[in-house]
Amino acid sequence: MSLAATTARRPRLDPAPYLLSGPALLLYGVLLLVPLIATGLLSLHSFALYKGIIDVYNLANYRDIFSDSYFYEIFGRTFRIALLVTVLSALIGAPEAYILNRMRAPWRGLFLLVALGPLLISVVSRTLGWALLLGSTGIVNQALMGLDLIRTPLQFMYSEAGIVIALAHVLVPFMVISVWAALQRLDPQVENAAISLGASPLTVLRRIVLPQAMPGILSGGIITFALAASAFATPAIIGGRRLKVAATLAYDEFLNTLNWPLGAAIAILLLFANILIIVGCNRLLERRYAEAFR
Amino acid sequence: MSRNGPIALLFHTLFVIFALGPILIVCAVAFTPLGYLSLPIHGLSLRWFRAIGGNPEFVSAFWTSLGLGALSATIAILFTVPAALAVARYRFPGREALVTFLQSPLMIPPAVLGIAFLRFFTEIGLGGTFIGLVLSHVIIVMPFALRLVIAASTGIDPQLEHAAVSLGASWWKSFWRVILPLILPGVASGWVLAFITSFDEVTMTVFIASPRTTTLPVRLFLYIQDNIDPLVAAVSAALIGLTVVAMLLLDWLYGLERLLVGRGRAEGSG
Repeated sequence: MSLAATTARRPRLDPAPYLLSGPALLLYGVLLLVPLIATGLLSLHSFALYKGIIDVYNLANYRDIFSDSYFYEIFGRTFRIALLVTVLSALIGAPEAYILNRMRAPWRGLFLLVALGPLLISVVSRTLGWALLLGSTGIVNQALMGLDLIRTPLQFMYSEAGIVIALAHVLVPFMVISVWAALQRLDPQVENAAISLGASPLTVLRRIVLPQAMPGILSGGIITFALAASAFATPAIIGGRRLKVAATLAYDEFLNTLNWPLGAAIAILLLFANILIIVGCNRLLERRYAEAFR
Repeated sequence: MSRNGPIALLFHTLFVIFALGPILIVCAVAFTPLGYLSLPIHGLSLRWFRAIGGNPEFVSAFWTSLGLGALSATIAILFTVPAALAVARYRFPGREALVTFLQSPLMIPPAVLGIAFLRFFTEIGLGGTFIGLVLSHVIIVMPFALRLVIAASTGIDPQLEHAAVSLGASWWKSFWRVILPLILPGVASGWVLAFITSFDEVTMTVFIASPRTTTLPVRLFLYIQDNIDPLVAAVSAALIGLTVVAMLLLDWLYGLERLLVGRGRAEGSG
């Protein structure tokens, strides 16, 4: 493909790509940039119970958020859940990607589908499955009590542990995809060479496979963390109304308390935290593993 | 390639149980003959699937979702195809920035988009309308459609278009008769993926849907928040069934491995 050559033959700036992408750009400008900027402005307004939204511009909402321990608790919980989900997804997803990579056809394709297919199923349906499993009369508790491992049912529903487990299930396919992609670059001959030189399987795993899978684990971790930190439906269903995270908090401010400016401020903080984490971590990752991304 | 040892196979088995367990449990509970949440140990029944038909809220939400998915996927494709052709077939200043910008909705938490759209649509008088839903869904499905259409447009030999033009075809005719047939599998899969994404979306939609324009996942979500019963399991099981059909369609059109991982059958995997 000689796209570069095509460009070289046309020294003048070709208007075609701009005309072709113009409509999409315009659509994004009106439907994405304008609403987001308006949300930023809304977050500077203030709110009073009887007057509604008041047209002032100050940082009062942000000051409220940063000075109230209630918000600290919720953002802290969001961060803790996202971190645990990321670690759990890596512990489950990375080994599974490695195992899938060693399978032969047709098992490999079939189980890759089993691992990744759930991505296309509605988050609500998948979370409902966990609510059915984890409820106090759910399958997990019945099984544990049937085996006499516990006397009283464990309280998974409305707990952070329940949210972490269900979210890890929802997000683990992203980790599998990421590690799988990294492992595709691994030359199986290197493993064989290590074995023929007398390395134990554990050494091969630790010294050959893990370093090569690491960029995949880390970039999968970034995606998982960002998605877990902004998750809504799963924490809302498993956590109930009281155990709030950042996204469900914003929902409450908007649709129950009706304090839109404060809700907008929470949304803006969530947006910036998200972009900071994704862009920042990707930068670090690319610097650390420069050749793996080339 | 060496085989997986017993420990690896045990881990794999546990993983498969973990991955499929919650999905299978929903489907199992949906077939219960009893009036409360239970596994169908004493026989299967379709009573809860029939009960969906008797619940007009779920039925109308289903039709809303179907229309919303089809309409937003179609509009998204109409905007995506020219933009994807620009990205795939030209090198121009601002190309990377354009791709980043068009993919940017993926970086924005859906709840944030929901808030932004709720305020925006309320201000311009589209609050709680079907049009508002469609416009917002176009934005969130565009990145998915774009990725597939760019991938499909990248490999096309520019000589084919040059040949068409030198034989006297107009620009439009060479697009319609040469380019479009070549990228059609990518466009079709982009449409299906966009449709599924719209059909499954809940977080952003929950902010902007009104009682009249509620989608199926939002209806399901709001129902589950109050009450979990075999009816929601049946609705979920029906949704899972539909998704599996769409998945098979995508696998046939495009190859699921290529869709989800970015490479696949055509290139030979591994």
